[in-house]
Amino acid sequence: MTLLGQFSLWVALLLCLWSAMIAFSGRWQGRPDLSSSIRGSVYATFGALAVAMLALWKGLAAHDFNIEYVAAYTSRNLPSGYILSALWAGQKGSLLFWAVVLSLFAALAQLLTSRRHAALMPYVAGVTSAVTAFFVCTMIFSANPFERMAFTPADGRGLNPQLQNPGMMIHPPMLYLGYISLTIPFAFAIAALLSRSLDAGWIHAIRKWSLVSWLFLSIGITLGMWWAYVELGWGGYWAWDPVENASLLPWLTMTAFLHSVMIQEKRGMLKRWNLGLIIGTFLLSIFGTFITRSGVIASVHSFTQSSVGYFFLAFLSVCAILSFTLLYTRWPSLKADVQLESVVSREAAFLFNNLLLVGVAFSVLWGTLFPILSELVRGSKITVGPPFFNRVNVPLGLLLLGLTGIGPLIAWRKASPANLRRQFVWPVTSGAVTFLVLLAAGVRDFYALMALGLAGFVAGTILQEFYRGTRARRRMHGESVPVALGRLVARNRRRYGGYLVHAGVLIYFVAFSGMAFKREIEATLKPGESATLASPFGHTYTLTHVGISQFEALNRIVSAATISVSKDGRSLGLMTSEKRQHVDSFRRPTFEPSTEVGIRSDLQEDLYITFAGAVGGTEEAVYRFTINPLVWWVWFGGFVLALGGLVTMWPGGGAVVPAPRRGQPGYQATLAASGATVE
Amino acid sequence: MSELSRRGFLGRLVAAALLPIQGPAQQGGAPLAGSGDVGALRDPAAAGRPRAPTEIADYDERIKAIEHRLACSCGCTLDIFTCRTTDFTCTYSPQLHREVVELDRAGKSAQEILDAFVAKYGEKALMAPKPEGFNLWGYLLPGSAILVAGGALVALISRRRIAVAGTASTDQPPLALDQSDEREPAASPASAEEMERLRRALAEVED
Repeated sequence: MTLLGQFSLWVALLLCLWSAMIAFSGRWQGRPDLSSSIRGSVYATFGALAVAMLALWKGLAAHDFNIEYVAAYTSRNLPSGYILSALWAGQKGSLLFWAVVLSLFAALAQLLTSRRHAALMPYVAGVTSAVTAFFVCTMIFSANPFERMAFTPADGRGLNPQLQNPGMMIHPPMLYLGYISLTIPFAFAIAALLSRSLDAGWIHAIRKWSLVSWLFLSIGITLGMWWAYVELGWGGYWAWDPVENASLLPWLTMTAFLHSVMIQEKRGMLKRWNLGLIIGTFLLSIFGTFITRSGVIASVHSFTQSSVGYFFLAFLSVCAILSFTLLYTRWPSLKADVQLESVVSREAAFLFNNLLLVGVAFSVLWGTLFPILSELVRGSKITVGPPFFNRVNVPLGLLLLGLTGIGPLIAWRKASPANLRRQFVWPVTSGAVTFLVLLAAGVRDFYALMALGLAGFVAGTILQEFYRGTRARRRMHGESVPVALGRLVARNRRRYGGYLVHAGVLIYFVAFSGMAFKREIEATLKPGESATLASPFGHTYTLTHVGISQFEALNRIVSAATISVSKDGRSLGLMTSEKRQHVDSFRRPTFEPSTEVGIRSDLQEDLYITFAGAVGGTEEAVYRFTINPLVWWVWFGGFVLALGGLVTMWPGGGAVVPAPRRGQPGYQATLAASGATVE
Repeated sequence: MSELSRRGFLGRLVAAALLPIQGPAQQGGAPLAGSGDVGALRDPAAAGRPRAPTEIADYDERIKAIEHRLACSCGCTLDIFTCRTTDFTCTYSPQLHREVVELDRAGKSAQEILDAFVAKYGEKALMAPKPEGFNLWGYLLPGSAILVAGGALVALISRRRIAVAGTASTDQPPLALDQSDEREPAASPASAEEMERLRRALAEVED
């Protein structure tokens, strides 16, 4: 099978080079046969790479330990689900997975894009093929997943215990889907620049793709937080690790694009900015991959250091130079149709929102690279950890949260003072009441107070928008509340889906603020002994050590420490935290013992139990007990965010058209028949 | 000899079956030092590195606060407290913890302990660089850049507004009810009934 895999990689490379060469040379123009040949090459590339992936999967499933990759990431006793996910567990396999998904997206872009954009498609194929060729080249010349060894071990090393988690079966693919699908909007942007088709056509062509990318990135990041929380055992879900930061960067810039593109659609503004954002987002996705795979920055998530980092650095540099040079050459053709007229307008709010999103992205990038910069400039190594990122980014994040509530309240073009009063009174009241109630309840953490107060303001904005829209529909059509609400969302999916996304973001912020009230203790307990832990919500947990049991499972020896939990004297049952010593099929230890935490989650807080180890080989156990407030809301926020994204991208719901020349938020109109304006 | 009931028989059977299971744990010989009446594990190595009982200093809030500001040197990118209470295979963080505790017991203040770590391990021992000298670029550049860009944006828009005001025309194109911001402007005039309904709806919305 490795021969077939190798052969498929070479075939895919030749196909990519062919389609990229013809597309960029422009010989397809006036030659329908060449145009269809380019499209055929894109489909065939996907076929060849799919064969390569199946060949590697066959090797993994057959335990062909002569293949270096199979021996490095699987063992005979690895549960079958993880044999499937071992494809993306290592550097080489994940590169193949990337190439396959990229070629699939490239084929789908050719297949699903409307014929209206036919002039762009050969260039789109050229860009996607060039990027695919880079990944295939990297595999063939630096990280070949089909590399064979001089001998065949009796068993493989097995999968890293931290990757033996259901979250790791879906988190990396989701994140990869997000990263990889960013290539399609980038390809359309470059195609628009090359073909000088700089009207809104390319924007319409990529609308779904940009939403798909953003959605996958959002889901991937949230799943990554969940995996870190349940698997890494440190009691948190975000540590500002370079690899985490790398996933956040393209999400931030893509979020900025999803806002600024509305201004281009409605007002014909920000054309250069939008192209720059799409190019920047793609480059950041490659940058993230470079960080993960080069080992240039220390990270707990990194793949093993290898030479592929140089490939990515070179590719990143070439892409950046070519893309921005191309943008520069088309600069005069990208002039805005109209100019911004007022600082107090929705366009300006979107601009400031973009400024903050890109500013936060810059801040995260700056902090991630600052250790390297410091070493280059001063020659001394420094650590840039969570205290730095929190100090720099939390205020920016709060500003962003505030803008989430302000933007929808301001009119397009220019808002009048009367309009501002009418729009802001309830949301501001909601925020102020939230703030004062929390203050009266004894909350004194400044950032938590600000976050929760602003969340109250944003919630007021969102509820007001839904309330007014529903009420207007009821008045206009005499519908019941559920019907009016349903139709309001169904007929304006982009707008109300967007509000759902805002609701998800505000839930995130509320949940993040909960970590300000985290409580943790360590305790050494003999069976029957108890420790107590007070919750910030006023109740007390009593945690009684029951004992440690040891048993063997398929590929591990488990030491399970059991705790009996009661809350204010009421029993909540048993919780366990485990030490797992993974072994191969000969029962030889393969990795250092790993820890599985015990989590009891409710709407208020998570009780998080970590079995640190046994004292002197006995049942006396060392525990870390943590109370993490509001963590459940992080996952719920992610769900609402994804739901909002799905609503926004669901087909139908009305076409996007340029905004009216004059407008106010909500339900304003100029009555065409009478000529009277009502505001 | 008393007759053995079915329940009694089953009870003895279970007890006999359990005996060999309990055996090895009780065969541990002399009780382990400090372990009291706890049982010994069958395979201690599988339960990770042996741990010493927790001391007060291990979860003292002051020590924790200091350790949260100091980086573990094992390459994990975590602070000392998080590493020693998470990565139980790390040999660096427990040693660094002991150093912090010793300095604390010697009467050093939190800042003096941080300074001692920087003197011994270099500036990388801190989880965040000191906000001084070149490091100020790290702290201040993002916020400053946003402020400058925001200021420039406001200035630019204000200048354009003045320019637009000078050339603005008074004619306004007719608009449609813009409930979604995404609907097509109305192309045909509305009927009197529709106009009335629209007026009522707008009046309601603008309460």
